Amino acid sequence: MNILEVKDVSKSFGGVKANQSISLNVEEGKIVGLIGPNGSGKTTLFNSICGTHPINSGSIKFYQKEVSTLPIPLVARLGLLRTFQQTHIYGKLNCIQNMIISAKSESTGLFSVFSKIPTTLNDKAEALLEFVGLYQKRLLRAGDLSFGQQKLLELAMALMNEPKMLLLDEPTAGINPTLINGIIDRLIRVNKDYGITLLIIEHNMRVIMSLAEEIFCLAHGELIAKGTPEQIKNNKNVIDAYLGTQ
Amino acid sequence: MRSKKIFFLLVILGLIAPFLFPAFKLQMSIMWILVVLALTWDVQGGQMGYNTFGNIVFFGLGMYLCAATQIGLFFPLGEWTAAGGEKTFVHNSEQYFQGLFLGLIVAAIVPVFVAVFIGYGILGLRGHYFAICTLGLGIAAGEFAGGIEIIGAGQGMTSPPWPKGIGNTELRGEFFYYICFVLMICSFLFLRWAYSTRFGLVLNAIRDNEDKAEAMGINTMKFKISGWMVSAFFVGIAGGLMGNMIGYIEPVETAFPGRTFGVFMVLMAILGGKGTLIGPIIGAIAFHLFKEGFWTFFLGWQYVALGALIVIVVVFFPEGIMGYLREKFPERFGEVVDEKNRKSQVELS
Amino acid sequence: MDLLIFQNPILIVQASLDGILLGILFALIAYGMALQWGVMNIINIAQGELVILGGYIAYFLYISGVHPAFGIIVSPVIMYFLGVGMYKAVIYRVVDRDMFISILATFGISILAQQLMNSVFGSDVVVAQSNFGTTFLFNYMVTLPNAKIFSACISLIFAVILVGYMRYSKLGRAIRATAQNARAAKILGVDTDKVYAATFGINAAICGVAGALIAITFTLHPYVGLPYTVRSFMIVIVAGLGNLPGVALSGMGLGVFEEFSDYLFGTEFRIASVFLLLVLILVFRRFKLSRKREYLK
Repeated sequence: MNILEVKDVSKSFGGVKANQSISLNVEEGKIVGLIGPNGSGKTTLFNSICGTHPINSGSIKFYQKEVSTLPIPLVARLGLLRTFQQTHIYGKLNCIQNMIISAKSESTGLFSVFSKIPTTLNDKAEALLEFVGLYQKRLLRAGDLSFGQQKLLELAMALMNEPKMLLLDEPTAGINPTLINGIIDRLIRVNKDYGITLLIIEHNMRVIMSLAEEIFCLAHGELIAKGTPEQIKNNKNVIDAYLGTQ
Repeated sequence: MRSKKIFFLLVILGLIAPFLFPAFKLQMSIMWILVVLALTWDVQGGQMGYNTFGNIVFFGLGMYLCAATQIGLFFPLGEWTAAGGEKTFVHNSEQYFQGLFLGLIVAAIVPVFVAVFIGYGILGLRGHYFAICTLGLGIAAGEFAGGIEIIGAGQGMTSPPWPKGIGNTELRGEFFYYICFVLMICSFLFLRWAYSTRFGLVLNAIRDNEDKAEAMGINTMKFKISGWMVSAFFVGIAGGLMGNMIGYIEPVETAFPGRTFGVFMVLMAILGGKGTLIGPIIGAIAFHLFKEGFWTFFLGWQYVALGALIVIVVVFFPEGIMGYLREKFPERFGEVVDEKNRKSQVELS
Repeated sequence: MDLLIFQNPILIVQASLDGILLGILFALIAYGMALQWGVMNIINIAQGELVILGGYIAYFLYISGVHPAFGIIVSPVIMYFLGVGMYKAVIYRVVDRDMFISILATFGISILAQQLMNSVFGSDVVVAQSNFGTTFLFNYMVTLPNAKIFSACISLIFAVILVGYMRYSKLGRAIRATAQNARAAKILGVDTDKVYAATFGINAAICGVAGALIAITFTLHPYVGLPYTVRSFMIVIVAGLGNLPGVALSGMGLGVFEEFSDYLFGTEFRIASVFLLLVLILVFRRFKLSRKREYLK
């Protein structure tokens, strides 16, 4: 069943048509790739899906529920999270605190503001930090981590929130090449063991071809191709978009 | 454990202070008020990163409301302010303490409602827009109060004097000293507890990256308003007490003093180290001692000195005392990270 | 609320004309505020104090026997150097940092300046008499002190000269380049420090002219600076940085608003209504932007 249904979504900024009538569906439990040259509208699409900005037209359904009109926190609470190209972490807090605050809040209501933080979260936080290889750095301030390490922290924070679907914006950009295999392995495990559907923007073809079961390709705001990695590799439109037509 | 001992020692010191320094009772009471103002400012400014100039609104509200309740319960308020107050209407001791008690409750509750009412709009602003908007609020409140006849308009009003027959000024001084001290201790303990809950972490998250907090599903507005409610509560009571101690409530200079207490709040928290629990306390005490010591020295030039101090602290010493100590002695703050861990490479097998 | 103004329509004309003339002056001060905000990314809370100081220079001329109108030449010159001095003493340290640091630091400067002016010039409310006479319109129903007309004209002329200077002079181009991209400008050889100093000096000069005009048109007092700061801030956020016609229009709009509020709510609430308008504008903006899921940056 389709966890995410994007139908005819368009978004313009002033005169620039960043997304033009994009339609794509993501099946639950799959790893799906989103590729395309720079400026093709990939991050804009992510922003549209998560509610960072309203869309001009179209519909976005998460578990058959319309989310394009919802504010960001509500979309996140439905289980749809994303990571950012430029890392977004809480700089002055240490890694453990970053993790704890990323966990879903169980209590609701008036006095939940002052709810105690369950000590079990500490264990879960440490386990996830271990998972991304940051256990040794868990007491460091997040702002003191390197860019690549912050990216890993961001991934761990997203996992802490137990999302149903995760939109990853270039998860391997800025990561030491020796670690990329580890990342690929982690993402596959996230998908298989935690059951999280992944939609990944990637420029690294090796990564996305080995991860994704289905790939969508955008170019200048439009969806120009979709299919399995094999089909995409040989698709003339995709090759033209990246290399430019002769 | 050591910090608990220090805490109890300081509390005992605070309790016997009015007998150690009987001439400075009023000064020390004001110092505790300043501590409360600094601690509550830090909830927005230090922990949450929302620099506010508007908490003074709660202060003035509390001041006027407390006095109005104290008077209005027993006498017609309009006539009190017009007829020179206590010369015509005299509170007996029962009326005085009843009025004070109820007045402080009103001074605590109404500002909280105001915080909720305006919070949704005002706390939706960010950064310097929030700062200047609250600056406008603070000044507007004072100017408005200066136009309302029933509370004395620009001339202001007097608060009920200490009833005759209940001790002398010494007793009055001690009475208010202990209320201020208790208020300060309560606000400290409450905030210490509050920061240990989710509240503390969310406020810090909003400070470090509000967009990320929202993107992770946190209802930031709920926490922002709650923080303001907490500040409103304690600042309102502080205002009510201040009005009684000073005896005379003038709209722009006493009730909504943007140029003095409004700025002091910010300065004290930054001086002590914003974003820490102890910082604003140290900053308030240090500032008060400095001010009392040098005010007479700089007579006629106090605000020149104050302005210069603000510039110096903000430009050269923005991390404050606690920030400075944290950098110098990180071990004492539990911020030790094994060098091996800090330098280690991340390994994903 | 006093509805006198609606019962006598000629008062609407009076208030509107007063407001427009006043507003042009506000717009001038707002231009200075926008200049340093756009180029140096600082908000100068002491803007009002610079204006009042400029006014006191003109007043000083007046009590020395010189016609205060010469203040429009003397004041900006003195204020320019004062502005550059202020920059080199304090402002240069807050330019590259968080905007709130500039707000706090200039707030400190404003407190400092207020008391300094109080000590030097006393706390009386003063006016520098220009003796320009009055113009009467509509059969003596509308009175316009010629000083107000003079102020508006000088403001406009000064603004035109300034805009022209910004557009065509070498320094003006350097300032605009730095505003757009300070790093690029630096790499291309622009001395950004000199640009910032000049910008701040120009802003101070603008305040000097405005202050001199206020001295002859209205009143001076050491502690009335903050409302001028708030007014210019409001005009800048309504008009937006870089929108010159917007600044002029917003300034005039604000002036008219103030004059009407005077009639409707009384002079004692004039300052309160200015600050309250600021709050309302910001809150209105906040709700409008939140529909687009944005916020004021």
